[in-house]
Amino acid sequence: MIKMCDIRKYHDVDPAEIQRMKEAHVVLNHVDYKPQPIVKGYTDKILTIDVTDASVKIADIPAEVKEKFTGGKGYCLRYLWDATNANTRWDSPENEIVMSAGPIAGITQYAGTGKMLVCTISPMTDIPIDSNVGGFFGPYLKFSGFDAIELKGQAEEDVIIVIDGNKGTISVEKAPLEHMDAHLMGEELTAMYADNENDRKHVAVVCAGSAAEHCNISMLNFTFYDPNRGVVRLKQAGRGGIGRVFRHKKIKAVVCKYQGIKNDLNNVHDISIINKTGVKYHREMATQDPKQNNMRKIGTANTMKILNDYDILPTHNFKFGGTPNIAEMHPQVFIEKWLTQGAADGCWYGCSMACAKAADHFELLTGPYKGQKVVVDGPEYETAAGVGPNCGITDPQVILELNFYCDTYGLDTISWGTMCAFLMECYENGILNKERTGGLELNFGNAAAALELIHLTAKNEGFGKIAALGSHKQKELFIKNGWGDAAFLNDIAMEQKGLEYSEYGSKESLAQQGGYGLTNKGPQHDEAWLIFMDQVNNQIPTFDDKAEALYYYPRFRTWFGLVGLCKLPWNDVVPENNALTDEPAKVPEHVDNYLNLFYGVTGKKIDREELLVMSERVYNFQRIFNIRLGKGLRKHDAIPYRSMGPVTEEEYLSRQERYDGQLVTKVGFTKEQVAAMSLAEKMAETRKYREGEYEKLINAVYPKRGWTMNGVPTIEHLKKIGMDLPELIEIVEPLQNLEP
Amino acid sequence: MKRLVKDESLCVGCHNCEEACAKAFTKTEDRSKACLRIEGMAKTNDVQMRVCTQCGICASVCNTGVIQQNKQGVYMINKKECVGCYMCVGFCPEQVMYYVDGRNEPGKCTACGICVKACPVGALSIQDV
Ligand code: SF4
Ligand code: SF4
Ligand code: SF4
Repeated sequence: MIKMCDIRKYHDVDPAEIQRMKEAHVVLNHVDYKPQPIVKGYTDKILTIDVTDASVKIADIPAEVKEKFTGGKGYCLRYLWDATNANTRWDSPENEIVMSAGPIAGITQYAGTGKMLVCTISPMTDIPIDSNVGGFFGPYLKFSGFDAIELKGQAEEDVIIVIDGNKGTISVEKAPLEHMDAHLMGEELTAMYADNENDRKHVAVVCAGSAAEHCNISMLNFTFYDPNRGVVRLKQAGRGGIGRVFRHKKIKAVVCKYQGIKNDLNNVHDISIINKTGVKYHREMATQDPKQNNMRKIGTANTMKILNDYDILPTHNFKFGGTPNIAEMHPQVFIEKWLTQGAADGCWYGCSMACAKAADHFELLTGPYKGQKVVVDGPEYETAAGVGPNCGITDPQVILELNFYCDTYGLDTISWGTMCAFLMECYENGILNKERTGGLELNFGNAAAALELIHLTAKNEGFGKIAALGSHKQKELFIKNGWGDAAFLNDIAMEQKGLEYSEYGSKESLAQQGGYGLTNKGPQHDEAWLIFMDQVNNQIPTFDDKAEALYYYPRFRTWFGLVGLCKLPWNDVVPENNALTDEPAKVPEHVDNYLNLFYGVTGKKIDREELLVMSERVYNFQRIFNIRLGKGLRKHDAIPYRSMGPVTEEEYLSRQERYDGQLVTKVGFTKEQVAAMSLAEKMAETRKYREGEYEKLINAVYPKRGWTMNGVPTIEHLKKIGMDLPELIEIVEPLQNLEP
Repeated sequence: MKRLVKDESLCVGCHNCEEACAKAFTKTEDRSKACLRIEGMAKTNDVQMRVCTQCGICASVCNTGVIQQNKQGVYMINKKECVGCYMCVGFCPEQVMYYVDGRNEPGKCTACGICVKACPVGALSIQDV
């Protein structure tokens, strides 16, 4: 076992090199400003930087915006809406990257209180994407006087933006020399803007990676300096191609520096309740985590084995729900062999859940950094499952290597994993072949080919150019080229609205099918992570329970992103007596903790219902934003059949007993009838049934959400939640009676 | 390593040590703001004393890395760099750290010996172990 106390500090960057990089900067604009003090969690200021002319603007956030949109993702979407129009696409200069942390962000006394939300119009989905991310940038930006930042325009040459919240300065600088890959740029800019080693923890960097220049599935890295290891760590705003937009604007990095972190920089309303709630939670982590999920030992990858056992772990492009090789990548293997134990791995101060694990001094075996020893952040469950079994890979060392390269190149591990799995299935079905892949033998489990592909993607060479497109555009390309059958490709490409699925096999969980399909941004589990509740814990057994969950959880979970919180501390570890509460799935005591925190920071007392309405406003706003941009109707909530049922005979046969049984218990055939059916007939009946169930689910969920059967929010509902804003009514009014 | 050592068999449950500690560091009479805990009833002979064992768990959970051992082996908080997250308070297995609303840094036993002096029966001592 690798222990924190044995970890050597990492090599430092060469100061002469940093000096040379700094001297090459050319200041395009420098602005002095007076940082607005925070009052009860808010500065009520927004910073806008237009990189076209390097202009800097600071504006007030009006009280109505605060009231309706709360902060975080609410602010991001509001300002993104105002800056764009129905024709804006990801590469339009007016498209913005908006980031906001939310009122609770920046307190240090409770777990998961440093999250920032990032939104932009996505190159993958052509609608708004939102991604939440840890690291120091969100809180530091707020301490520097801004509840939100908008990045717009397009620079001619690479620029960085530097905000110093103590001095009150903002500068936009040409920055030609820093490396593009995130693990290097993070270190370089951290060292450049820190006065000394101890000061490095006061520097937060946002950057992408070299692949973001040309690859749609690119993300943004957010750093946090780990003083115990002496190294810059990376967290990701992963989904939806935000990194691509960032680099298209020719923004190389945004740096924010703030010294003097204390627990009341938010000038909170009632610190006592925050302290009390925080210490109670830390105590619970200390006593319950070792008995429950071991988040502090392995992070979210703790679920790998259990998901495998429940037939949920996506394997071979979601064909199967587990791998016979699970022992190789059992959580215990990561704990015992790869991930450093006993480290305080919070991605923000005070995160006692500390899931941001790391493999230290990990020696790379391939690629441009071959032979170097690096810190690898992760792997989180989604990463391990996506780049791992979904691609037929179960060797932890390969998973860590892919994780590292995804991060430093700026590739979203989830999209990468799901997309690579899709390409592998295409290869195994002859839709791709060696000629089309430029020699890559993309069979499931070919780790060398997967690694080669990632390096080609970063360099934008060979088949890497096709990998860079993401599944949706690949599918279109293959169909256009006449490679493979369109219907089959549509069934197996695990993407919806243009975004790749995150890593849960949802075939046996209708609730999770809806949790993916009925989302605003595309199939990411953060809105409705129901798979555990549905399939593992059996907490939502009936059809009505599932429909209700698809109404409740997206609202509940959206709230985290409005206020600056991480969702993991909500239910990854629960109070000892949680099972005895009325609704264990909701973790009532933790919900009350959140109400206390919101009150403690803002002074506003809200109850559980008001919390949901806060989210519902933003949720409906986002839905209408989608409609404004041409998606967001019922037809866009359709999902690929692979996420519902067996596409291929091989899949059916792998679970034949179950599927045959369901034809009797659920569909209504007799055993004898089933016995007499051909495999093709059984598959067709199964498909008809499952697709029908999904439609029924939509029919049950939309009205609960206050939407028409076509998925359009009704005017009546918008009035009820106080969102009958004229710009929204204008969009939904003509669609009120439109049939799907 | 210098640390506070308890002898439960001698403790009479007078709480003088807690009061002295709280007074010295937080200027209050509130015994919950002391770096040691005396619980139970002296009369029934079931007093429990909890003192800091200098186990270092608080240091290991601090992601700011600001709890470090001094030359004598005592874990000390660097108050200037502490961010006031109180993870250490929650994770201390003896539950002998405390926080005070409005003060950023938590309190931790420094093995200063003030409680030792306050104890009328010699149930506490500072020892090199
Ligand atoms: S639980 Fe993990 S992701 Fe969430 S704030 Fe803590 S360390 Fe970061
Ligand atoms: S305060 Fe608690 S955790 Fe820290 S050294 Fe003392 S007994 Fe251990
Ligand atoms: S309160 Fe201070 S000393 Fe304790 S864990 Fe947090 S930063 Fe470290």
